[in-house]
Amino acid sequence: MALVLNEEQLMLKDAARDFLSERAPLSHLRQIRDSGNADGFSRELWTEMVEMGWAAILVPEEHGGLGYGFTGLGIVLEESGRTLTPSPLLGTAMTGAVALIRAGSPGQCSEILPSLASGEKLLALACDENKRHEPDQAATEAVESARGFCLNGTKTAVLDGHVADIFIVSAWTGGGISLFLVPADATGITVKRYPVLDTHAAATVRFDHVELNSDRLLGKLDQAQPLLDHILDVARIGASAEMLGIAQESFERTLDYLKQRKQFGALIGSFQSLQHRAAHLFGEIEMCKSLVLKALQALDDDVDDIAELASLTKAKLSETTHLATTEAIQMHGGIGMTDDFDIGFFLKRYRVLETLYGDRYFHLDRFARQRGY
Amino acid sequence: MRSPYRSEADVCWGGRDFSFQSEDQKQWLERMAARGWTAPSWPREYGGGGLGREQSKILKEELARIHARPPLMSFGISMLGPALLKFGSEELKQQHLPPIVRGEIRWAQGYSEPNAGSDLASLQARCEDMGDHYRVTGSKVWTSYGDLADWMFCLVRTDFEAKKHEGISFVMFDLSTPGISTPPIRLISGKSPFTETILDDVRVEKDQVIGELNQGWTVAKYLLTHEREMIAGSGLSGAGSMPVGKTAAHILGTENGMLHNAMLRTDIARFEMDLRCLELTIERARDEVKAGVSLGATSSMFKYYGTELNKRRYELLMAINGNDALDWQGGESQDGLLPKSWLRSKGNSIEGGTSEIQLNIVAKRILGLPS
Repeated sequence: MALVLNEEQLMLKDAARDFLSERAPLSHLRQIRDSGNADGFSRELWTEMVEMGWAAILVPEEHGGLGYGFTGLGIVLEESGRTLTPSPLLGTAMTGAVALIRAGSPGQCSEILPSLASGEKLLALACDENKRHEPDQAATEAVESARGFCLNGTKTAVLDGHVADIFIVSAWTGGGISLFLVPADATGITVKRYPVLDTHAAATVRFDHVELNSDRLLGKLDQAQPLLDHILDVARIGASAEMLGIAQESFERTLDYLKQRKQFGALIGSFQSLQHRAAHLFGEIEMCKSLVLKALQALDDDVDDIAELASLTKAKLSETTHLATTEAIQMHGGIGMTDDFDIGFFLKRYRVLETLYGDRYFHLDRFARQRGY
Repeated sequence: MRSPYRSEADVCWGGRDFSFQSEDQKQWLERMAARGWTAPSWPREYGGGGLGREQSKILKEELARIHARPPLMSFGISMLGPALLKFGSEELKQQHLPPIVRGEIRWAQGYSEPNAGSDLASLQARCEDMGDHYRVTGSKVWTSYGDLADWMFCLVRTDFEAKKHEGISFVMFDLSTPGISTPPIRLISGKSPFTETILDDVRVEKDQVIGELNQGWTVAKYLLTHEREMIAGSGLSGAGSMPVGKTAAHILGTENGMLHNAMLRTDIARFEMDLRCLELTIERARDEVKAGVSLGATSSMFKYYGTELNKRRYELLMAINGNDALDWQGGESQDGLLPKSWLRSKGNSIEGGTSEIQLNIVAKRILGLPS
């Protein structure tokens, strides 16, 4: 497949950019923060995004979706990174959807996917337990019980955990890791919401003797590690697409500033020390564009082994978006440090996305393992 | 011809005095040239293959699939040809392109001068109108294989009154013309792939000018973009050889699938990450050209990225090979191939415009930053 967007995808990109810049510019995020919105996103805006079809992009047509593919959703995520629009796109439309599409039984798919596509149900992947991302470790346990399974344990840093209707939970089941679809209203669940530095929110979720019917098992018993890795790889590529939008937007805003701000009687963009750093960053962002598109296309092609490319993408996008957002602050100087000015929001959102599902150190290590060293 | 180069002697450069290393090497050149496949995308009327982009890509893929060596390495093909095709008269194309395709004439580039490096347009080689011919006097430097080439394409000053970019012309002449000497330049690697080219009252025929007189800078810049794309590929020079990470695992061994030295491992991973990024971005740039959306003046970005990456490659290979990488002579080290290549790679970010010049170009032409 050629590494370019096709006509239809370009139209989607334009439509997404128009919608987001009109309905959810950066002032929208600021307003959510300042109004003390506990959800961390706007339900009204989410309804509009659903009307645009964005919750349904991955969902197959037979379950009320568009079956449009990963590249399409990646484009929307990239654009939402430019405007830093908080929404359940990554957690539900990308990560939640792929979990069911990949491993859901026919019953699970027809139960959940239509309400996911219509925006009614929100999903949250709950797999972290420790400070750093270690998805192959699970102290959370599910033991077989009369109804099916009994779940015990605590999950941390659950993206959208405070608003989710269904948790996708990893648990040790004696012979390996298994995944469960856990209704948020089940008895024994305690959700503790906490604000995150980028204005979004996350939750710590405690499962205390939560009884699950046996049909809540997602995929195979004891053998869900590859499935979890795949779901995570998709989420990582989605987070990378969003970071690509962040890197581009903060770079473009910084370039504009370099062409306006005068010191020593000259535009600061005429100084070679800044020009070279901007030119270097331009190159790095071009590299990132190729990588994100390649990764999204690989998901659409359903290539056998996505791990190496997913880790490569998450590591590189983390590194470059870090460079873009920190250079943005430095090149803006003092004003970049103020809350009144918007550029700092990009740094904050980037930091959350880098940490989510493994930072560059996690992924460089995983990439090297994949490459045999 | 289906095995990787073992040394520089395996490269076929062609030219009047080229001594083929083997009958196979000669045949491979002749057979490919007969189809025009030494210059696949050039028009058939000038000896080229007449292939479209898609066909050229397929040919390239097929050649890579059978691990075929390039039949010909040629500055005529990679640099002069594109400029001749774009700016040359019909007569000049007819005269020069077919011998380039056949590998009969080996070309050298006369751009840099002792006082015109990064500031190339300040060049001073003097070209005077002698009525029925021109006479050129000056000195060029960093001529790749100047002592082995047959002809030179050369930037000279034809108007000393005009602004520096506006008095330059692009001329060509036979290097066997009286008044030319090419003393070699010995590099830090001990090798001499470059020469000076001293031009002392050299006769140049009047019809050997590409483009208009005094408009040579336009041709020069166009040619430079092709040179940069060629050099950018040096970042990928390991293509076909064992990847750096695998080399490290092979030489140093692993424990639980990991290299013993975690710091070295991290640097290798970051290198391989950036290398893959460059490969994908070159692929994307080609696909965008095909799709009719151009990435713009990006040859400078690729030149910068590719050469900096190639330097990192050799730094890592030096570290991986440790004490062995210091071996300068003798069979085991292939006469110090690694340390000499490491030293040579330092020139990648200087030749064809330094990294700093490339960043200047990106800042001004792509990002539109003010002067």
